[in-house]
Amino acid sequence: MADIISLGGLQVASRDELGKALEGGGCAASSCGSKAGPADMDPATWAKVKDHPCYSEEAHHYFARMHVSVAPACNIQCNYCNRKYDCANESRPGVVSERLTPEQAARKVLAVAAEVPQLSVLGIAGPGDAAYDWKKTKATFDLVQKQLPDIRLCLSSNGLAMPDHVDEIVAMNIDHVTLTINTLDPEVGAQIYPWIFFRGKRHHGIEAATILLDRQMQALDMLVARGVLVKVNSVLIPGINEAGMQELNRVVKQKGAFLHNIMPLISDPAHGTHFGLTGQRGPTAAELRAVQDLCGDGANLMKHCRQCRADAVGMLGEDRGQEFTLDKLPEVVEDDGEKRAAYRDWVAREREDRRAAAEAAQAEVAVVAAPPMLVAVCTKGGGRINQHFGHATEFQIYEVDAAGVRFITHRRADNYCVGGHGDGETLSEIIRTLDGVPVVLCARIGEAPRERMAAAGIEVIDTCAQDYIETAILDLYASRNRRDALTA
Amino acid sequence: MAYKIVTAHCTACGACEFECPNAAVRFKAGAYVIDPRLCTECAGQFDAPQCASVCPVPKTCIPA
Repeated sequence: MADIISLGGLQVASRDELGKALEGGGCAASSCGSKAGPADMDPATWAKVKDHPCYSEEAHHYFARMHVSVAPACNIQCNYCNRKYDCANESRPGVVSERLTPEQAARKVLAVAAEVPQLSVLGIAGPGDAAYDWKKTKATFDLVQKQLPDIRLCLSSNGLAMPDHVDEIVAMNIDHVTLTINTLDPEVGAQIYPWIFFRGKRHHGIEAATILLDRQMQALDMLVARGVLVKVNSVLIPGINEAGMQELNRVVKQKGAFLHNIMPLISDPAHGTHFGLTGQRGPTAAELRAVQDLCGDGANLMKHCRQCRADAVGMLGEDRGQEFTLDKLPEVVEDDGEKRAAYRDWVAREREDRRAAAEAAQAEVAVVAAPPMLVAVCTKGGGRINQHFGHATEFQIYEVDAAGVRFITHRRADNYCVGGHGDGETLSEIIRTLDGVPVVLCARIGEAPRERMAAAGIEVIDTCAQDYIETAILDLYASRNRRDALTA
Repeated sequence: MAYKIVTAHCTACGACEFECPNAAVRFKAGAYVIDPRLCTECAGQFDAPQCASVCPVPKTCIPA
């Protein structure tokens, strides 16, 4: 394991304190990114994604994002959306606790930037459509860019209004745009979008879906042609659009989308959405994985998306939004950007170290001839195994074999809106969540839960606390298979 | 001849405000309202009132 690295000008003196800082952080972006590192892409692209937690799986261990909900108006209706809904305990796209004016939003971004050195991205992603409610989106970005030139701007849209603003987006140096495209088939689209509003008229059914698709493809082409990185989000709706997902993946990749994020439909009658009320279910983890596997190499699939709230703040998978509500914002915020610069320097060194360690460990497994193994990891950021089993609200799932370690997905340990579950019930839930995963790596675990997990056939290991995730998994796999060879 | 907004249903998304060709929609005291003196129900301008066409909640922008 590497020695503790100097944190430079960052005002945290030790790894422990940084760990604490990371514990508070968390990304709530609605989508995350490719596994690929600098070796897999050209330097210009890597420069754009290396600090964007949603566009790079690797970056999401280090960097935080925030969303501000300034653009509530939308030009289409989706059957999975109900914009009248708000719950402070809900974590899913489209949900917010307060809407902000561009001025309030800029003040909030400044306050978060001063508190959270991991902050690298500001996104506008609903509720509503950032490209349709363009004046408010643009006003917010203009204010933030003036005060925080080192924060990246990104936005999400259904694409319908996007072609009208592509040139402004390029002029504003917005490098990242997410388009939500759920189908290439207007007949399927008609089952997802009851109506759209376009050029002064409400359109329904197949006609609406045809116009929307046409504009989405136009937006994708225009953005790619201008060098903007485009992520395509697709909501996987069983029985409605899963049959076309592979073709959609092929087409958007061919058109130059950087990343494709296939997300499970979140559906519950309590959300008041059309799909929730009609009993349309979301996909199981296995169904989602099957569709992702069909979409091939995986390099261009985003699998670390946490489907975050539209006002989330922090590292992906965490939300500090409640710390930065309007009433808690200071009137005047002092921010000189030094902490963020120091943090980024530290990340650059840490990354190099992590890569070197993983490469060394990789050499050990290259000769192993054994089936692949799934491993769950408890981490609170920094790419290390540094979270107590009992504190984990999600597990990151990796697959390892002789070819190396691959991030597969994350699985939540708590169901949102938990409340009232005893420990025993939570453990049963974790055991269900980890179905098919024989090993968990964490920083610490108590004896009682360790024994209950073992009784369920899941081994929990806390001897590699603070190690890099990849290195620990590769070491485990190598030693496990040496041991198997010896006992065989 | 004017439309009104049923405040109890309104999500305050503001889409009607910038679609209204007559600037009849205003945000007042925490709610969107239509000024009946300015509202023309979009007669002669569009096939249907723009506020009702873009509103995400049924029966929220309705004839006054």
